[in-house]
Amino acid sequence: MAQPRTMFDKIWDSHVIVDRDDGQTLLYVDRHLCHDGSFFAFDMLRDTGLPVRRPDQTFTVPDHYVPTRGHELDDAVDDERREMIVKLDRNAKQFDLTIFGLGDKRQGIVHVVGPEQGITQPGMLMVCGDSHTSTHGALGAIAFGIGASEVSHVLATQSIWQRKPKTMRITLTGARPFGVLAKDVILAIIARIGAGAALGHAVEYAGPIFAAMSAEERLTVCNMSIEAGARCGMIAPDETTFAYVKGRPYAPAGEAWQKAVAYWKTLPSDPGATFDKEVGIAADDIAPMVTWGTSPEDALPITGQVPDPADEADAGRRAAKEKAIDYMGLVPGMKLTDIRIDKAFIGSCTNGRIEDLRIAAAVVKGRRVAVPAMVVPGSGLVKEQAEKEGLDRVFTDAGFEWLESGCSMCVGMNGDTIDPGERSASTSNRNFVGRQGPGARTHLMSPAMAAAAALSGRLCDVRELSLAPSEGD
Amino acid sequence: MEPFTSLTATAVPFDEVNVDTDQIIPSRLMRKPREDANYHTFLFHDLRYNEDGSEKPDFILNQAPYRDARILVAGHNFGCGSSREVAVFALMANGFRAVIASSFGDIFFGNCFNNGVLPIRVTEETAARLRADLHASPGASMTIELEPQTLTGADGTEYQFDVDPFRKHCLLEGLDAIGLTLEYENEIEAFEDRYRQERSWLYP
Repeated sequence: MAQPRTMFDKIWDSHVIVDRDDGQTLLYVDRHLCHDGSFFAFDMLRDTGLPVRRPDQTFTVPDHYVPTRGHELDDAVDDERREMIVKLDRNAKQFDLTIFGLGDKRQGIVHVVGPEQGITQPGMLMVCGDSHTSTHGALGAIAFGIGASEVSHVLATQSIWQRKPKTMRITLTGARPFGVLAKDVILAIIARIGAGAALGHAVEYAGPIFAAMSAEERLTVCNMSIEAGARCGMIAPDETTFAYVKGRPYAPAGEAWQKAVAYWKTLPSDPGATFDKEVGIAADDIAPMVTWGTSPEDALPITGQVPDPADEADAGRRAAKEKAIDYMGLVPGMKLTDIRIDKAFIGSCTNGRIEDLRIAAAVVKGRRVAVPAMVVPGSGLVKEQAEKEGLDRVFTDAGFEWLESGCSMCVGMNGDTIDPGERSASTSNRNFVGRQGPGARTHLMSPAMAAAAALSGRLCDVRELSLAPSEGD
Repeated sequence: MEPFTSLTATAVPFDEVNVDTDQIIPSRLMRKPREDANYHTFLFHDLRYNEDGSEKPDFILNQAPYRDARILVAGHNFGCGSSREVAVFALMANGFRAVIASSFGDIFFGNCFNNGVLPIRVTEETAARLRADLHASPGASMTIELEPQTLTGADGTEYQFDVDPFRKHCLLEGLDAIGLTLEYENEIEAFEDRYRQERSWLYP
């Protein structure tokens, strides 16, 4: 009998072009996604004089630099940013690549667009010059971020050199508690294992809670795999996955669909497959989470307090905590619910999908914001769907700005930033120092929690807010 | 790519852990061309400079003994976060050719090799000792020899380090990956022919 294999091994093995004795493997790339930050890679490709080897397997979309207040080139905040968007357009034209440009409602954040268009499919090996490419693994694919040199390599050869990472399975046991969203689950996992715990590993998320999640929730979980250091994150494809992919523009159809599904069903890890590392986490302890510091591992249940560095035995970690608390302008021991915020941001490749907007809108409905707050849909199609459902009105009636799709304030590259010293409640993925602008203080949380924070002007437990009567009820 | 064989240079101890690539180069500077005359100032920009452009005297790279440093000895998970290769460009613009840490962000680690910068993984204990020795004699040099895979700390202790043989070969020879991969053109074509038949649904 054949050795039981993990899902990762199955997909990896089926993409091996060359296995070298020195441990390096040349892997075939099914789909390559590029964005407006990929210009260095196109310049490098031009230097080689080579064409794009597989233009039909390469997709491009501007997202990092696109304006969100207005969605025309002229709305870009300055010439330099406008030039970034124009450059991608020019590169797509020169190399004959599909582009979902500004003005095309399919435009959006590359990690929202891939799954939404059916470009992302189970069993694929996908890359993109962006670390949050781990997102796509949610549909049962190997997907990872690469640097600019590697992007140019993939453009030229449709392949990539890798050393096989180790495998790690993270199994969540028990039941998902009330009010706990996918974002809370992944923040709790990272807090538990640490920001570097999955370095050099391909992570598979397993257990009934992930199996019961929607495809979009799984995208949120896998998106933040990189924040634990993982090479990629993945969840076994199942009927939920197939139903999500079916009928999307780039998904197989008809006879091809039947063939694809038959193959996809063989992908989940075999019973008895062994992983290099196993992590078990009890879900019962997970509550709505927020970050207090400057690494995604600095996450705690909203019912908690800012930690006291003095409790930290290790000198290095104590210094890191002191520094983070100082940067964040907090006091050890203060209740997380006493932290006042200046802005709220709902969006990003982590939480910019329709289900995210629905749950935020459900919290917001009939209430008013206490601080400036914005909603940035993950794509033009997410925006269109939300407007069909009237969610835009729920947000604007409450005082939120309803903006155009893009990466926006997750990374601030398009000019959407917060001021030095200001504090945000943000559904994005990184609370790094200066991530949302120089001196910006970021608290990561779920869309429901960010909505609740926008309404109350401080970090608050959405479970309490949702029980309280609202003006509109 | 500039080959890497050996390097003797001032080493700077960088004690922070989880140093993300947003710290190494803020995202608003990513759109700048590499030819920008100020590219060297982008490295650790917001940690290194005040808003008016003046230096923050407390930041270690602004201190006299470390101004010529070309080796950085960091804490764990150095270069985590964003895939931005400009983080390596910014290090190079300041003369850095080697980074030593107990662990690295995976993407940053690969980006270093692709630009002729040598990232060296050592144990947490070794990294801590190297930094302590550097703090004890500010401005001290370290030596890295790639062929025998040795590094010599500020106190003269020699350490052996691991490096992927393929990466080592590329660094020693200054080879870029695309050129190497093109030697496998026949294998890539054969793979594609077979794959397109087996996975016909991927090729409508």
